[in-house]
Amino acid sequence: MKRKFKINRQVLRKSEEIFYRVLMILSTSIIIIALLAIIISILVKGIPSLSWSMISQTPKGGYYFGKEGGILNAIIGSLYLSFGATMLALVFSLPLALYMNIHKMKQKNVVNVIRFFLDLLWGIPSIVYGAFGFTIMVYFGLRTSLLAGIITVTLFIIPIMVRSMDEVLKTVPKGLLESAFSLGSTRSETAFRVMLRQCIPGMITAILLAFGRAIGDAAAVLFTAGYTDYIPNSLSQPTATLPLSVFFQLSSPIPEVQSRAYASAVVLTAIVLIISIASRGFSSRYQKNRIK
Amino acid sequence: MKSLLVPSFKIRRNLRDKSSSFWMKCCYYLVLSMPFILLTGLLIKSSLLFGEKTFSELIFSSEWKPLSGKFGFLPFILSSLWITFISIAIAAPVCLLTAIYLTQYAKRFVLKVMHPVIDILAGIPSVIYGVWGIIIIVPFVSKVASWFNIHSSGYSILAGSVVLSVMVIPFVLNILIEVYRSIPIELSEASLSLGATKWETIKKVLTRKAFPGIISSFGLGISRAFGETIAVLMVVGNVVQIPKGIFQAGYPLPALIANNYGEMLSIPMYDSALMLAALILFIVVTFFNLGSRYLIMHYEKKV
Repeated sequence: MKRKFKINRQVLRKSEEIFYRVLMILSTSIIIIALLAIIISILVKGIPSLSWSMISQTPKGGYYFGKEGGILNAIIGSLYLSFGATMLALVFSLPLALYMNIHKMKQKNVVNVIRFFLDLLWGIPSIVYGAFGFTIMVYFGLRTSLLAGIITVTLFIIPIMVRSMDEVLKTVPKGLLESAFSLGSTRSETAFRVMLRQCIPGMITAILLAFGRAIGDAAAVLFTAGYTDYIPNSLSQPTATLPLSVFFQLSSPIPEVQSRAYASAVVLTAIVLIISIASRGFSSRYQKNRIK
Repeated sequence: MKSLLVPSFKIRRNLRDKSSSFWMKCCYYLVLSMPFILLTGLLIKSSLLFGEKTFSELIFSSEWKPLSGKFGFLPFILSSLWITFISIAIAAPVCLLTAIYLTQYAKRFVLKVMHPVIDILAGIPSVIYGVWGIIIIVPFVSKVASWFNIHSSGYSILAGSVVLSVMVIPFVLNILIEVYRSIPIELSEASLSLGATKWETIKKVLTRKAFPGIISSFGLGISRAFGETIAVLMVVGNVVQIPKGIFQAGYPLPALIANNYGEMLSIPMYDSALMLAALILFIVVTFFNLGSRYLIMHYEKKV
């Protein structure tokens, strides 16, 4: 009797494990299925109405009633905006990331405080940045413009960029730093000529990550960048962005315009996927040049 | 001549070092002051409303008539809470199980597939999630509602929560994987050598050890979910009402800000009210963020 009970317990132990393993595999596949569902549904809805004229033309008169035209304004606008914001953010992020890992190498407390603040800033929703950017914009008497959009998006991506650069710089062995110092180089030489060169692939990945965030975010530019049918040719003009063009076209009641929204979504997804693949390629390709 | 050259070179190096250090320090102070600048800006803007109404009057009133000066935030706050907690309730078990699977059981090729999957999910713009929600989730929710004999257009709290849960999955999952990876292997070795099965080790040793990390990952997920704007806005229906069920339309706080920004400039009180909404978002998100991080730090010190 006792023996039988023992066997039962063994079976129970085993079957509990099997039960949970099935659940685990199920939940892992849910995640994969969700990604496939997103990409496939966007492609299925969007590909039929995607055409060359759609990505090579700006909206013509009556575009939003289903007439001719394309979303070139939004594509170019988004690229301008994200490129500008990424460059501007780089000016602040790279020095800060190097500062944390070289100048403050010994003061762990200071570094932890910065990391804490960056994580805090990272967590703040982009709509709050958008609202704040709008307030600043009104305060300085600016209108909705490319510049206002760039500044808002810069604020929003700085924490992302610094944090990912920091993650890369953290992995550099201390010995490299110490040997650079012992050869008599100053801190800035160590930072820019040794550490930066060592971490170039990771840095590019961080920049591309921030670029992807910048191009995909709609809430921060909703009030600050405005929307227009033209390609902006100066910083003070408003600009269209891809996420907003998807959003606005989708809220139209006309079916042709809605199907164009799906096509715009395909364009946006494609850009983001290309960035993601490129950053993967970078981080693996230049890995071999690193001093281990 | 030579002796003249050497100091100038030295000076130039020194200058370069000083100037770059100066700029680095500027960036440092900028980032440190940023949260306070944000907070002060939002406080100043929303102070106009506080001059006329008390805080509890604003929070616990459900009447939203901006044109006649009535600003009750209750419907928006409740919608936000509903959507956030349902989405975390969906995402949490999926993330936990997947994280355990990926760190303990999965073969190499599964990891090779899952890494890009998580990265891509994290990188997809929120507007794409919104489009996906409209294409698939909204009709599906409408169908599910009809099984329960409820008429629903599908644009509902549930649709928003499902879309949001998929959005926070990569975020929470990444933290959980990190948490499980950081547990020293000796712990599970000791447990296995005492005769525990692999699952018992995971359940009674690893998960217990990881518990604070798990809770804080959910907290960070909540803070991420609470502020999500465009994707939720597109599927949630945007009707000002106190939600009574998951198949009803809701109107979360971020959607409130996003929908009304253009028109509010003419009325200063309206402007102030929306800034208060942004302030509430800021505070709630920061609260969850700080809480979760405090939990991690506090726990790490103890061990």
